[in-house]
Amino acid sequence: MSPAFLVGLILLLPLVGAAFSGLGGLFFPGLRRYKVLLGTLATLAVAVPFGLTLQLFATYSGEPLVTRFFTWMAAGSLELAFQYRIDELSLVMTLIVTGVGALIHLYSIGYMYEDRGYWKYFSYLNLFIFMMLNLVLADNLTLLFLGWEGVGLCSYLLIGFWYEDFKNSEAANKAFIVNRVGDAAFLLAMFLLFREAGSLDFGTLLADPSALPTGVVSVAVLLLFIGATGKSAQIPLFVWLPDAMAGPTPVSALIHAATMVTSGLYLFARISPLALATPDVLVVVALVGALTALMAATIALTQYDIKKVLAYSTVSQLGYMFMAAGVGAFFVSIFHVLTHAFFKACLFLGSGSVIHAMHHVEHALHKRGHHGHLDPQDMRTMGGLGRFMPATRTTYLVATLAIAGFPLTAGFFSKDEILFKAFEYGYNGHTYAWIVWGLGVVTALLTAFYMMRSYVLTFEGAPRWPMADQVHPHESPPTMTVPLWVLAALSLVGGFVGLPSVIAHGEWNLIHHYLGASNGGPVAEPALHAHVPLALEWLLIGLGAAIALIGLYWSWSAYRRYGLAYDEMLRARLGAFYRIWAAKYYWDELYDRMVVQPLLRFARYGLAAFDQKVIDGAVNGVARLMTELGQRVRQVQTGVVQAYAVAIVLGVALVLMFMLFG
Amino acid sequence: MEITLNWYLALGVVLFTLGVLGVLFRRNAIVILMSVELMLNAVNLTLVALSQAMGDVSGQVLVFFVIAVAAAEAAVGLAIVIALFRKKVTVDVGAFNLFKY
Amino acid sequence: MIAQLLFFLLAVTAIAAALGMLIARNPVSSALWLVLNLFCIAGLYLTLQATFLGVIQVLIYAGAIMVLFLFVIMLLNLEALPHPRDIDWGKVFAFVVVMLVLAQLVYVVALGLNVLPTFSTTPEQAALTGSAQALGRELLTRYIMPLQVIGILLLAATIGAVMLAKRRFV
Repeated sequence: MSPAFLVGLILLLPLVGAAFSGLGGLFFPGLRRYKVLLGTLATLAVAVPFGLTLQLFATYSGEPLVTRFFTWMAAGSLELAFQYRIDELSLVMTLIVTGVGALIHLYSIGYMYEDRGYWKYFSYLNLFIFMMLNLVLADNLTLLFLGWEGVGLCSYLLIGFWYEDFKNSEAANKAFIVNRVGDAAFLLAMFLLFREAGSLDFGTLLADPSALPTGVVSVAVLLLFIGATGKSAQIPLFVWLPDAMAGPTPVSALIHAATMVTSGLYLFARISPLALATPDVLVVVALVGALTALMAATIALTQYDIKKVLAYSTVSQLGYMFMAAGVGAFFVSIFHVLTHAFFKACLFLGSGSVIHAMHHVEHALHKRGHHGHLDPQDMRTMGGLGRFMPATRTTYLVATLAIAGFPLTAGFFSKDEILFKAFEYGYNGHTYAWIVWGLGVVTALLTAFYMMRSYVLTFEGAPRWPMADQVHPHESPPTMTVPLWVLAALSLVGGFVGLPSVIAHGEWNLIHHYLGASNGGPVAEPALHAHVPLALEWLLIGLGAAIALIGLYWSWSAYRRYGLAYDEMLRARLGAFYRIWAAKYYWDELYDRMVVQPLLRFARYGLAAFDQKVIDGAVNGVARLMTELGQRVRQVQTGVVQAYAVAIVLGVALVLMFMLFG
Repeated sequence: MEITLNWYLALGVVLFTLGVLGVLFRRNAIVILMSVELMLNAVNLTLVALSQAMGDVSGQVLVFFVIAVAAAEAAVGLAIVIALFRKKVTVDVGAFNLFKY
Repeated sequence: MIAQLLFFLLAVTAIAAALGMLIARNPVSSALWLVLNLFCIAGLYLTLQATFLGVIQVLIYAGAIMVLFLFVIMLLNLEALPHPRDIDWGKVFAFVVVMLVLAQLVYVVALGLNVLPTFSTTPEQAALTGSAQALGRELLTRYIMPLQVIGILLLAATIGAVMLAKRRFV
């Protein structure tokens, strides 16, 4: 099977799966009952492409492979085609998307089983995989943008999946609209690049960055970054991600943790040759990433909804990835994408397992006559679940250790690499990198703390839900726990592909060798002259490990001892800070005041009035004109024969006139 | 002066115009029919004049047929007027306006 | 000399009769004026040497058709219709249009003023053309089909008129 054929198959299988579930379920309602069949087929539609990608990965020759299917549009000097590129970067991303995607599909079979919209769910999910693959495999910016928008659409569909509750629809709208702002910037960047470079193919754009004027490249990269802040939830366009937790939890795991939100990072890795030509923009990227990471970590500290904690954690970790990109270490950001996909998906799926169990507790309570409202996502009514859900508890703990950076876990290697690269860049004379490094260290401490907090409040201590002695949750079925185990295992060993340069002078940093331009890969790297001395490197590693251990231990002991009361102690100790963090820095209120309300007012009093008075007036006016005209004209029909005779004579006169003088 | 063909044609034109005026301005249905006969006569005059001027008898054959058709038309027209009179007891054409808007 | 005099006399009388027909209030008067007009036209046919048609005109047109008109007028026992009160602008418009047509037709005739200055035939030839013989010959040879059709037409008209005017429509 030729690689081109494999690429086509990888792209088409999820699309076929989406069409089958979606159109089949739509036109043949009887099909909707066969839930296991639908779920299995949908999972296979992603798992088989994973296998095919593995084959491509194994047989990859080192030369980028470009496959062109057909022309999308050709107008003037613009020629866009459905053209896909297989190289190291796209292979890594495809493996992540299809691999983690397949696991989450498997998980969803059990999680969504009782839902009426089961068939729709898998259709949307498969469609998402198709769009995401378009994004990561595209060989030109426009096709990438197609995938970019497509995943935005699927995100909208899936966030608002339970649309009967209007709040979910509002969250979906928010996600889509905020993303749209970023997409506008992306479009402007495309226009600019096309005008200057004459083509949007990556082959042409990235071949020689110095061919384009630096001003243009700076503006274009900045615009692309703004687009990335939308899709990858950074300041100022991150506000949609916490609200997106309204969707089903596997969706949160796949889209808002592992894949879609990492699109911005992939974009930057892809355009890394261009990005490296604009050091000023990179400063912005790094600082925005660092600030976002810190801000989100402080907010996560105050949240009680377990999914919100994970959402802000995702924002924070994405900030880390942008920190890496901002210091030129693009392959490290991809490394963190990889490890983050493992542990964050594990965390989300674990939380989904917990929520699933708490739903059953809620049902059981209702049956026993207890009719109070129980929020299955609120950690304040959890506690002690580890006893009842051992698999979930263990995998969640492993993932928590990974995200905190416990030594030798996946997160340890990737996060430390990011911090090291920031330090090294500062060592090479770029002062802003020191600030980035400092913020990163503080955020790492906070990360360890709030993640362990979420673990302890959920799984340790005494149960805090009503009638806890009689009503117990139980562990989730294997379709849900198997993916958890797989992801937890990957969170443990996944980091070993990127061993830091202290080990054998970076010879065993496999991911660097694979992706980095210095070894022939597609991801560009800056030229660094000053090397951090070996002792300092070991010191930094030790510092990273220490921070993780301190944060974890502090949180563990505090919350094991005091439980929820420790939050009260924090609130008392931190006062105004805690209040600002708990209020999420008032971002939503600010946007509402400054953007949403003025826009609504303009629409209601400006545009609506214009539409009603002018446009409707014109249309109705035409109708009225016709009616009036008709009223006048019909009066010709007097019914009296002589009037018609006059008309005939008039006609004769006109014809004679024409014959004589015409 | 010589009576040329044009005199006859001019006379035909005048009579025709008077017939048209009668059709358009008289309100009595029977008088309208009579005006139509006047118009037909004017046409006949023109045809005969031309026929005799050119020496072709076909013009007069046509006049023969026109007279026959005029007779038929007058008969049927008057029958219709009688039928209408039965309904409305008037021959004023202004009264027959069922096709009015 | 006589020819001109005759023509003018007949022409003026014909026009006067036509005007009389238009203006007369009483429908019977209108009919009688029309009869005068038809006689004048018959006279004009004779001046053109179309003898056959001149006689036919008197016999059929004045003698049969107008009689029919008079029958119907008297049958219906009509009275004169009243004058309209105010100026009807529609009528003014109609008058203007008709005058326009008249002007155009006069123009056409005037155009041909020098085309056929004289009759291309002599009166003797015209008399031959207008004779019953010539007409009869044409009718029964070249125009035999239209002749038969006219016969059927008259039959149809007769039946139609009878049926329309009956008291109860059969």
